Amino acid sequence: MSEAKETTYRKAVGKAIDDAMKKDERVFLAGEDVGRYGGSYAVSMGLLEKYGPERIVDTPLCESGFTGMGIGAAMNGMRPIIEIMTVNFSLLALDQIVNNASHLLHMSGGQFNVPLVIRMATGAGKQLAAQHSHSLEGWYAHIPGIKVLTPATVQDAHDMVHLALADPDPVIIFENALLYNNKGTLDTSLEPLPIGKANVEREGKDMTIFAYGINLFKALEAAETLAKEGIEAEVVDLRSLRPLDDETIVASVKKTHRVLIVDEGWRSGSISAEIMARINEQAFFELDAPMYRVCTEEVPIPYPRHLEQAAIPTPDKIVAAAKKMMEES
Amino acid sequence: MSIYKMPSLGADMESGVLAEWKVKEGDKVKKGDIIADIETSKGVIEAEVYEGGTVEKIVGKEGVEYPVGTPLAVIRTEGESEEEIEKEISQIESEKPAKQSEKGETGVSEVQKPTAGAKRPQEEETHRVRATPLARKRAKELGVDLEKLAQTVKGKISEKDVEEAAKKAKVPSFDKMRLAIAAAMSKSNAEIPHYYLSTPINMTPALEWLKSLNEQRSIKDRILPATVMIRAVVMALQEVPELNGFWKDGGPVVSEAINPGIAIAMRKGGLVTPAIIDAHKMNLDETMRALHDLIGRTRSGKLRSSEITQQTVTITNLGDLGVEKVFGVIYPPQVAIVGFGRIMDMAWVEGDAIAVRKVVQATLAGDHRATDGRTGGFFLSKLDKILQNPERLL
Amino acid sequence: MKLSLEKAKKFYRQMLLIRRFEEKSAQLYTEQKIRGFLHLYIGEEAVATGIMDALTPQDGVVATYREHGHALVRGIPATKVMAELYGKMEGCSRGRGGSMHLFDKKLRFYGGYAIVGGGLPLAVGIALADKRMGRKGVTVCFFGDGAVAEGEFHESLNLAALWQLPVLFVCENNLYGMGTHLKYAESETNIAKKAKSYRIEAHQVDGMDVIKINEAARKAVEYVRSGKGPQFLECLTYRFRAHSMFDAELYRTKEEVEEWKKKGPLVTFKKRVEELGIWSEIDADAIEKEVEKTIEEAVAFAEKGTWEPVSDLTKYLYSQEVSS
Repeated sequence: MSEAKETTYRKAVGKAIDDAMKKDERVFLAGEDVGRYGGSYAVSMGLLEKYGPERIVDTPLCESGFTGMGIGAAMNGMRPIIEIMTVNFSLLALDQIVNNASHLLHMSGGQFNVPLVIRMATGAGKQLAAQHSHSLEGWYAHIPGIKVLTPATVQDAHDMVHLALADPDPVIIFENALLYNNKGTLDTSLEPLPIGKANVEREGKDMTIFAYGINLFKALEAAETLAKEGIEAEVVDLRSLRPLDDETIVASVKKTHRVLIVDEGWRSGSISAEIMARINEQAFFELDAPMYRVCTEEVPIPYPRHLEQAAIPTPDKIVAAAKKMMEES
Repeated sequence: MSIYKMPSLGADMESGVLAEWKVKEGDKVKKGDIIADIETSKGVIEAEVYEGGTVEKIVGKEGVEYPVGTPLAVIRTEGESEEEIEKEISQIESEKPAKQSEKGETGVSEVQKPTAGAKRPQEEETHRVRATPLARKRAKELGVDLEKLAQTVKGKISEKDVEEAAKKAKVPSFDKMRLAIAAAMSKSNAEIPHYYLSTPINMTPALEWLKSLNEQRSIKDRILPATVMIRAVVMALQEVPELNGFWKDGGPVVSEAINPGIAIAMRKGGLVTPAIIDAHKMNLDETMRALHDLIGRTRSGKLRSSEITQQTVTITNLGDLGVEKVFGVIYPPQVAIVGFGRIMDMAWVEGDAIAVRKVVQATLAGDHRATDGRTGGFFLSKLDKILQNPERLL
Repeated sequence: MKLSLEKAKKFYRQMLLIRRFEEKSAQLYTEQKIRGFLHLYIGEEAVATGIMDALTPQDGVVATYREHGHALVRGIPATKVMAELYGKMEGCSRGRGGSMHLFDKKLRFYGGYAIVGGGLPLAVGIALADKRMGRKGVTVCFFGDGAVAEGEFHESLNLAALWQLPVLFVCENNLYGMGTHLKYAESETNIAKKAKSYRIEAHQVDGMDVIKINEAARKAVEYVRSGKGPQFLECLTYRFRAHSMFDAELYRTKEEVEEWKKKGPLVTFKKRVEELGIWSEIDADAIEKEVEKTIEEAVAFAEKGTWEPVSDLTKYLYSQEVSS
């Protein structure tokens, strides 16, 4: 029976955490201002009152310390959700994420798995300037041993918390900060689409736009515009940047033969570059045009709105790239 | 001194691949010698030189596709100074793309300090078809020749181009030749205002004369009726030269030489109309030998470039297919095509008697810009007269 | 001070085992049986030996990259440690970790961590889990004086104290972070004092005297286990060998090393036990032979060990096979 409800991305994440904590005593949420403040993005609002300070843990400003703490707790039988306020601060926890969380199982010869969930806000677009506008999810996807999720829809915002908690290994969830107010349908009766599966959000025959996170919506908007001009773009929500769903990616390439990737990260060494490489490896002879991508300009994100918008992917840029590609082929 | 350039071997030819040089630097060549094999949409064609001399320098590279008009070799004629040659060669060199002139030559003006680890991939000079990976895959699956397709597709070849080419290939006897014919005929139909004339010609006198002539000859020296007709057309054209020539740059140009293009069907389908060059200088026997040679070389694909570029008129004979009358389409830039149907037994009025005679329908399609019906009619009547007095054909 | 003969024998055997094991390792390193980094613990044996004796099986251990001694006295057989140093599949980490990454889940030996300071936050988390789940475990976290300069040291001490977690921090202060003397690294060289600033009960102990260390450890573990929060022991010790296998040792004098060797853990132990009048009963020769035999067996075991098949390269990247 369907239990579809209209809700926001923020509430969908909050509900998932709430439900998980209700179900499993091993689950706790820790991070800066997750408790008394209610979460810097208000995701955990009200949970402190429900579960108390031992399970909704306000941490000091010590990203490495509390992320490492989460790893230790996970190794010792708990199911921590570590909230790093934003991806920008996660750089202070890189040692723990890369050297420990992602390496431990392999390095210990299969003895210590780390069932840790790390959530962090990501992305530019709110005029927060260079140090608060990073999109490093593609960067994290470089690291074997962790999984990298980028929920775009309200459904995924909810489902991915559960998927991550059910996973025996470290999972990082990147929540684009601009999505928290997004409204959408959440149906908790649905079986979540597993980690590592991409989703075709819009079908098309002329080209495929691969996107994740907030860019899914920019891509869908672009596809609408393109449709008016007779270009039928398929839009695929990647959902998971590690593992990448090669199967779906290749299947769509085989269908449309043209590829446009929208990447919130910087171009060089980006996830879009990785996707292109995989298509090259696995579907080269399906390509009927050079692959295109729309990435963030390779500059620190500036504060003024017009410069910020000029730096990040926009529907206009996606449309322009799509048209250019179609003209070429 | 002359510069041998990539020849245009057809109105539709934009470029050709220099398949093979038949000469090397220092070789003496005389006008008409085969200098190179050029690969075109019509196949490999032996290209001649049009001026004799010594091959001074070869600049065109084998296997490379060059646009028509690209200098390929410098040929020095007798008594030319060293300086003139040098000047000409250096001019050609400077015309070459920058990457070629940069390569290998040591600059004397400035010595550049080499950069550590600055090795760069050498740019390939060989031509490579620009096709998408999918197009390549589909071409392989569908048996489409990308090299050939590349000659008609602008930009890069995509899957669509391959699919379309494959679809066309399903039409019987399709090939590049068909495409070339299609292009030429479309052009003709679009540009040339044709007029058509037809006249029945009593062939009995000519055929009987030919029969008695052949009876006195060995089999290999015998003359075919087709030769008789060609010779007759050439003779008629000598009297009506307006039909022998071209429509060029908005005006008629009469050709001194008569090079009738003879429509020859290819075994694999398609049609070529190679010329019997200078047919007006030949007697009947020479015409017969020339025709024999032309057919043989056409079928073995050894035509000379002049033969497929220098036709001044076209003669087509569809009698062997039982066709009664041919309404031809002129090959631009020619201005006329002469057609013959089947030779039939017909009731023929001679004086006041009716007799059975061998009759052929001779037709003429003329370019109304160059000539009008009167000229055409005059031509047909000359043709008729010649055939009524066959001994003149010798 | 009380010391049973049995315990005395155990301490001596364990310290000698570490000493001989590492001497053998050094030799095998020169023979290229062991590669990579090899950080020897020789000179510091008393610390691991004294501390580990105070633990129970329910306690957890987090160690550094200089952790052969800790692994051995925690109970990982010398055979498995040596095989790990060889990189053989029979090693305690399947040969994948090598010298710096010894693990044993059953013994709650949470591993050797090779990023200085990187193990401390983990110890906090392991302790937090024990506390939340109502277990009585104590997590002992070993680290050197070099880690004290790292942010993670301060973050971890703060968190452990803030949340009153059952962690015993053991700083093995051997005076040098690689080649840099503590005085060139810290404005305050009394490390215990730093811990105290986080309101953690902290003590300095003679890191060369296993008996003193053991006494301090017992008290500390009892304190931590009772739920009073973390405790901090700064063990003043000295590394006799180079930082890794070989270095030019330009940063210290031979005289300094010789001075410390005079009060080395084995020398100090013998002196203390002689004072107690039980040295003769220990039967050092028998222990020496026993240890020698253990080392021989360990080497033979490692030699006989097998290489993990290359087809297993990506095994255990994730708990379940993930195609990527």
